[in-house]
Amino acid sequence: MDNFFSDNPDILWHFEHLELDEIIANAEDDFAQASRFDDAPASAADAREGYRAVLDMLGAIAAQEIAPLAAEVDLEGAHFEHGKVSYARGTQRALDILSRTSLMGFTLPREYGGLNMPGVLYTMATEIVSQADASLMNLFGLQDIAETIREFASEEQKARYLPKFASGEVTGAMILTEPDAGSDLQAVRLKAVAQPDGAWKLYGVKRFITNGCGDVSLVLARTEDGSTDGRGLSMLLCEKCPELVVRRIEHKLGIHGSPTCELQFNGVPAELVGQRRMGLIRYVMSLMNGARVAIAAQSIGIAQAAYEEALKYARERAQFKKRIIEFPQVYDMLARMKSSLLAARAITYEASRLVDLRRVYEHRMAKAPGEDVRAGLKEISAFAGVLTPIAKAYASEMCNQVAYDAIQIHGGTGFMRDFNVERLARDARITSIYEGTTQLQVIGALPGVTSGTLGRFLDALAAGAIPAGLSELAALCGEARAHLARALTHLKTADDKTYLDYTARPLIDMASEALAAHLFLRQAVRDAGRALHAEKYIRDAMPRIRMRAEIVTSGDRLTIEKHAELM
Amino acid sequence: MSFTMVVLVKQVPNWSNITGEAMNADGTVNRNALPAVFNPDDLLALELALDLKDREGGRVTVLTMGPPRAADILRDALCRGADRAILLSDRRFAASDTLATSYALAQTIITRLSPFDLVICGRQAIDGDTAQVGPQVAEKLKLPQVSYVERVLECRGDRLVIRRNLGRAHEIVEAETPLLLTVVGGGGSARWPNARLLLKYRRACSAFEIEKAAQARGAAVGELKDELAARGLLIDTWGVDEICADLNRTGLTGSPTKVKKIMNVVLKGKDLKRFAPDDAGVKALVDELTAERTFG
Repeated sequence: MDNFFSDNPDILWHFEHLELDEIIANAEDDFAQASRFDDAPASAADAREGYRAVLDMLGAIAAQEIAPLAAEVDLEGAHFEHGKVSYARGTQRALDILSRTSLMGFTLPREYGGLNMPGVLYTMATEIVSQADASLMNLFGLQDIAETIREFASEEQKARYLPKFASGEVTGAMILTEPDAGSDLQAVRLKAVAQPDGAWKLYGVKRFITNGCGDVSLVLARTEDGSTDGRGLSMLLCEKCPELVVRRIEHKLGIHGSPTCELQFNGVPAELVGQRRMGLIRYVMSLMNGARVAIAAQSIGIAQAAYEEALKYARERAQFKKRIIEFPQVYDMLARMKSSLLAARAITYEASRLVDLRRVYEHRMAKAPGEDVRAGLKEISAFAGVLTPIAKAYASEMCNQVAYDAIQIHGGTGFMRDFNVERLARDARITSIYEGTTQLQVIGALPGVTSGTLGRFLDALAAGAIPAGLSELAALCGEARAHLARALTHLKTADDKTYLDYTARPLIDMASEALAAHLFLRQAVRDAGRALHAEKYIRDAMPRIRMRAEIVTSGDRLTIEKHAELM
Repeated sequence: MSFTMVVLVKQVPNWSNITGEAMNADGTVNRNALPAVFNPDDLLALELALDLKDREGGRVTVLTMGPPRAADILRDALCRGADRAILLSDRRFAASDTLATSYALAQTIITRLSPFDLVICGRQAIDGDTAQVGPQVAEKLKLPQVSYVERVLECRGDRLVIRRNLGRAHEIVEAETPLLLTVVGGGGSARWPNARLLLKYRRACSAFEIEKAAQARGAAVGELKDELAARGLLIDTWGVDEICADLNRTGLTGSPTKVKKIMNVVLKGKDLKRFAPDDAGVKALVDELTAERTFG
């Protein structure tokens, strides 16, 4: 029987090699939870066995229950009738299964009915679900809302809502975007009006809201009358009610199973989550960072599905009396697809693991603050801060390229609805747009790269003994670091803000590939079986890294000076 | 009302993945060469019990007779929502035919699991396909039985309204508990394990496994057993003595069935008939099937 976890050697490799012991011990209160909950593990090894059992089951559900419904869900889409949204039949069935199996509270603590699993396991789960049906991920991925409530809401709010999220009794929405506030969330206008009893009422319009028909939503709204920027925004929680009207759902290119709603707030009762004015600055940024890792995972899942379709087709299809997989241009395409897919997975799991590790340090800070803990937290936060946007940008762009190539390998048949790659290419397209476009991720990663944070991370990855067989790859990684350092020195010397923004994309692309190269090198150091994939990626990436270093250090301002004439 | 239910289950070789070593030279099944799975009809029987528990309340005990590794399907049943699991395993049960098997199961229910409201089994196991054990257990327990059960439609006190799937028709019957059901299911599938239960019961152990773990850890068996029992992770493991079985009625001694000969049936080309893929061919095919009474 097919299984998207146990049939995937790369996911299994990561699962077996992830450095999780610190993260597990922290999540399990040094295994004190084992005396309170009979599903809690007694040791790190015991926890891993449990994680494996859960992922194995999810992998089976994804392959055997969800994937077969995906084409039908795509055709049927979500429905909107008489002001009410309903899911496609396959979507509803999949959600029912995920709820009944207690898989909708992956990371939530056990006292609320969750599985208390580290975020990086949830990232794997997100990828597995996305491989089966990308649009279902948008509902499975809404667990980030519950996670935000867990992190920032009051104890009373947590007790009220989290068990319902964990059991799948409610679904949620994160309601941020407005017609005039997309990438620029500081421009949010939805108005929150304080009531005499301390409650709030919401007025205004929101747009492009995934699952806006959800039961419990987090809303970014302007609580500070007269304010115009992010500091006037707070996070509020509201429930589905008659004052919250779904005006329409969007007709989209892809992810048809996920309803995207336009919402009108006609005095919707709401309550504050956390502190006023911290809505965008703190809570939404945290929510978005989680969601960005999730979209990276979604991208990898779609790419995995597209790659497998392409590989299968290339093996079966014969032209000129040969299987097409025997033609160099075709096997080259497949090898590159897989290489970039593995790179995206390595970056995304590393980003996700760093987010988990940051929580370990936050916990330590709360328990026993000290200078070294503070310094550790600062460094881990900085690493997580730069890897998260890189993961989102790299994985989503990779996903689009892999889906494009998958159709190319299918030739004309891939353009037809009868084949899955057509749907996968449509589903892929949104990944580099929502939760922040690639361009915004580039801006997000820029400070971490220019400040040298990423360079320090790469140095740490390159440190340690290198087996003789890997010395050439290690030297190439060293060259990549040198190119990155040279580019950064050039930008610093030039001290030209416009030029920095203009070359940000090649700079971040280059930094991302350098990062992937180092992660591959580390894999090969730990397991000789990974050396071939490391060699493939690093050899392919080097010419691109050199080219981008040349672009960034060229000082060429032609497009900046003449863009009006050039367009 | 809530029901006390006993579900009879069996671990069987997985026929969906046949390899060259699936059969021994003497024509018997090489069980070690095939992965072992939950018998499909028994999984539907478990689902029916769990569904009844969801709707009406109650308690589901799962009972299997088999070798030590049959504990795997008991853990699976616990992860899907069963409340208690029992492994009936003893060398003296080895080589039981359906009569000896039904004796051992019925004896377990009489001596250790009474009173009960329902005994629920799958219609048949995919390794033997006899469909005899369920009805034989009913006879031994002197219970009325309803076979080919698809679904319990309704509960009226201690009376169940049951839909039977007779292939070409459905039959609705009403029967009073205590009662034995053999289940074929209604095209639906069994529920998946629940992740929280999976995290708990993956560690459930039979007596055999406790012994092994104790040896590995250098711990006392009793200590380990108490520890697991306290956490609800004990798979009760019983043998001939625990169920006061008559040795003349168990194992090979208690099995009158003798296998005389086993043949491999290989379909040859001459058994096939080809029809052209056109209207005339379709008509000829329909006429043929009608004449053979496959249709109509």
